[in-house]
Amino acid sequence: MALKTYESEFKIVRDDSKCIACQVCVRQCANNAHIYDAEDEKVYADDSKCVNCHRCVSMCPTKALHIEHTPLQFMGTANWTSSAIRNVIKQADTGGVVLTAMGCDKKYPNYWDRILLNASQVTNPSIDPLREPMELKTIIGKKPDKLEFENKGGKVSLKTHLTPQLELSTPIMFSAMSYGSISLNAHKSLARAAFEYGIYWNTGEGGLHKDLKKYKDRTIVQVASGRFGVNSEYLNTSAAVEIKIGQGAKPGIGGHLPGEKVPEEISVTRMIPAGTDALSPAPHHDIYSIEDLKQLVYAIKEATRYTKPVFVKIAAVHNVSSIASGVVRAGADAVVIDGLLGGTGAAPAVMRDNVGIPIELAIAVVDARFRDEGIRNQASIIAAGGFRNSADVIKAIALGADAVYLGTAALVALGCHVCQKCYTGKCNWGIATQDPYLTKRLNPNIGSGRLMNLLRGWSIEIKEMLGGMGINAIESLRGNREHLRGIDLHDKERELLGIKAAGETW
Amino acid sequence: MKRIYISEEYCIGCRLCEIHCLVAHTKSKKILKAFKDEIPKDATAAVLVEEEGHLSFALQCRHCSDAPCIEACMTGAMYRDKKTGAVLHDEDKCVGCWMCIMVCPFGVTAADPATHKITSKCDLCAGQDSPACVANCPNEALVYEDRENES
Repeated sequence: MALKTYESEFKIVRDDSKCIACQVCVRQCANNAHIYDAEDEKVYADDSKCVNCHRCVSMCPTKALHIEHTPLQFMGTANWTSSAIRNVIKQADTGGVVLTAMGCDKKYPNYWDRILLNASQVTNPSIDPLREPMELKTIIGKKPDKLEFENKGGKVSLKTHLTPQLELSTPIMFSAMSYGSISLNAHKSLARAAFEYGIYWNTGEGGLHKDLKKYKDRTIVQVASGRFGVNSEYLNTSAAVEIKIGQGAKPGIGGHLPGEKVPEEISVTRMIPAGTDALSPAPHHDIYSIEDLKQLVYAIKEATRYTKPVFVKIAAVHNVSSIASGVVRAGADAVVIDGLLGGTGAAPAVMRDNVGIPIELAIAVVDARFRDEGIRNQASIIAAGGFRNSADVIKAIALGADAVYLGTAALVALGCHVCQKCYTGKCNWGIATQDPYLTKRLNPNIGSGRLMNLLRGWSIEIKEMLGGMGINAIESLRGNREHLRGIDLHDKERELLGIKAAGETW
Repeated sequence: MKRIYISEEYCIGCRLCEIHCLVAHTKSKKILKAFKDEIPKDATAAVLVEEEGHLSFALQCRHCSDAPCIEACMTGAMYRDKKTGAVLHDEDKCVGCWMCIMVCPFGVTAADPATHKITSKCDLCAGQDSPACVANCPNEALVYEDRENES
């Protein structure tokens, strides 16, 4: 056996004075990092298997466990960090690609943290959302250039034909995460929470499980390059259809669900044989231009009898504003932009950490481009990728987004501890796994309640911040960049974001 | 009456119910003290997790409305609490004949090998709002509800 020249990343610390050898940790760790020795009546740890997901720490009834980053680190330099050295060794060992999951793990500037919100003082009154009505309702879809009315004997009615719209109780939706990448119980939690809170959830590219059809009025079904589970019934069991061109975590590449993660239920939902790899090609093989995209957009509109808005999701890349403009011209009712920090269930680390641009800049340039071209009303802008709290959401809306998609935040609400090991299929929290022993750990009754709590908490905070700015409807903040100021940003960044520097007056 | 109901689809087989059941039936009710000093090594909890493959569920006395153990008990040690309807066990009256073990269709009573008396029998954690197994189930696989009086 070749010598292994890198050590475990984490160290499991067990306080023997508190350990009662109940073996809850042994039963809960899908990575087998805890081992019970019946002869010694003691529990031992195998640090090399620990992924730092904290399942054992949370479940330990006596709080005897603690996980830390192992103190033993490579000598390293400022540039040759421990993880850089570790990855080179791993690749020299295996000749493989370094896989990872979740969102970008490289420290790029976070523009949300460099944007400040405004508040009212003296000359304009702030509003108390507990005492006065505050509107978060958001309507997604193509808006007409103008409204025409007709007056028939004193009865006024709308003459303009309105295209289908989605109505959200708060400007937040759950982003696409496929059944396959996450468990059915995770899908159930998302669907139920979206249904009850009056927002929308997204199936991702893995089809819609039959048990979730009852949530159709709050479901966005996705059509991606693999076309898994797509047929006429699927398209029509929805409130909207989303064509996925790209994903923020891995722009330009497709997906690969290994055959081991395609059991019977997933095979039926995805409409592929059980045990076969589910490969999503990098491009849609029938889309090589905006004109091709238009054909698919209209094929879907035809298939759904023009009753559902069609979204097109693209990753935030260098030419995002031109591409988004093309997408609108292809007939999309909403453009979804997934930023650099967008998550994934599995991606090569080099793609996740190095490809794309931050969502903050993408929202700003796309919104500005649409206004310049006079097409802003023709499509909604939905931003995705890395929203951590309600302040990020409200800043995105002030930059010009109509609504945001939550992926990672929703998973964290369900129990995810962002250990970035989704691709192993051994998620101890029952989220990113299909192992029936693990999936039951996520009870959708609890999960949906937690998601609704998150939506409620963020909505209250958004109302508070709006009230502070003296605004009583989210609609009045949309694209209202005067309420934003930049700090620690250079001129070009502020120019792209379209915001003044902190200290500059109106 | 309020009963413990099982949702096997959410039982994760962690056995925290067993651990907290044992603790709830000690004098100190403090988990560390209980496991270090009070609970004998071979003690059985009044709730037991049955497990095969990935299917598991935590089973405790069902407090049957026509309880065979009460019928079979010759000393009246096994009795029904008139107020709560729970099937309880009076250790002083128990002679260790194990007839209750023989007739229990669920196998949820156990005896102390030393004293022969019944030592493990769910008492719904008398006096508590919620039995320890229910209160400490991390996934709501056990719920304590009164479903009989639901309209």
